[in-house]
This record gives sequence, structure tokens and C-alpha cells, in this order.
Amino acid sequence: MKFRYFINMAALESYVNHTVGIITADGRHFVGTLKGFDQSLNLILDDSHERVYSTTQGVEQVVLGLHIIRGDNVVIVGEVDEAIDSRIDFSKIRAEPLPSIVH
Amino acid sequence: MCGTLSSVDQYLNLKLKEVTVNDGEKHPHMLSVSNCFIRGSVVRYVQLPADEVDTQLLQDATRNEAEKNVSR
Repeated sequence: MKFRYFINMAALESYVNHTVGIITADGRHFVGTLKGFDQSLNLILDDSHERVYSTTQGVEQVVLGLHIIRGDNVVIVGEVDEAIDSRIDFSKIRAEPLPSIVH
Repeated sequence: MCGTLSSVDQYLNLKLKEVTVNDGEKHPHMLSVSNCFIRGSVVRYVQLPADEVDTQLLQDATRNEAEKNVSR
């Protein structure tokens, strides 16, 4: 039988309708409002955007709208504190893009 | 990344509270994150503060377990 990966459904309940930051297995960073999730960690993100990090220029924010992310690709789901987030000047942030996950 | 461990499940998925980033210059991605959920399948290691691990308890537990296996 194929191995199925099921998470505890209570795990993300407290993040629903909050702004979350998602890091995916290929090292990308998405930010949006968590609208829903299931036991495989598939996520529904509303009003989402991708933050593209670079060492030569500030963070580029690509608007994506409503997105569904398949659970396999999810690495971290972080609850964003909007008060802190709004104080960050993304045009001044320089960082290496994250490497992808190696298994 | 550093934080207070709030829960673990059977896949070693972790929930952390009061998260801080060790090197915010290098990894600014999670600077505004306070609580987070980490998928167990991507975790390489978890560092525990040495003084908070009760080694005596762990040793006793493993000894008890070993004794059970011998008597069986």
C-alpha cells in the first residue's frame, strides 16, 4: 500500500483566516490568507503573492491571487504577525534565494 | 530557527511558538512569523537545550525496555 501522509487536523485550525507565510520544497516563499487545508497539508491561499528574494535588488512581490498548494511541496507554514510584517521595508531586504529541499 | 515546541505528532510534524530567526540577515523570510508549523518530512534535526533533557529518566526507560525484552 502506498504510504499516505496525514496530518492532525487540529494542527492548522488556528491559522485559518490569518495571514500565513509558506515555504515550499523548491525554496519559494508565498504569503497569503489561509482559507483552508486538509489532512494531506494541501493549502488554499487567498490574496496570495510570492516574495522573490535576490542579493542584487529588494524583494520582488509577485501578485498571484487565489492559490492551491499541494501538501507534498509544503515545508513550513508560518503564522505572520501583520504588525511586524508591515514594518519590514522589503525594498531594502537582500538575501540569497533559498535552496530546494534535498532528501 | 528557534522557538518553543508546542506540539509534535506521529510524523514528527512540529508546531513552534514564539519563533525567532537565528540569522535574520541571511534568512529574512520568517522574520514576521510568530508561530509556525513544520512538516516532519523536511526536518533534518532538532536541537534541544541539554539542561532540559532528563537523561536519567531516559536511561531508566531504556533499561526497563531492555529488561522486558530479555525476559521475553
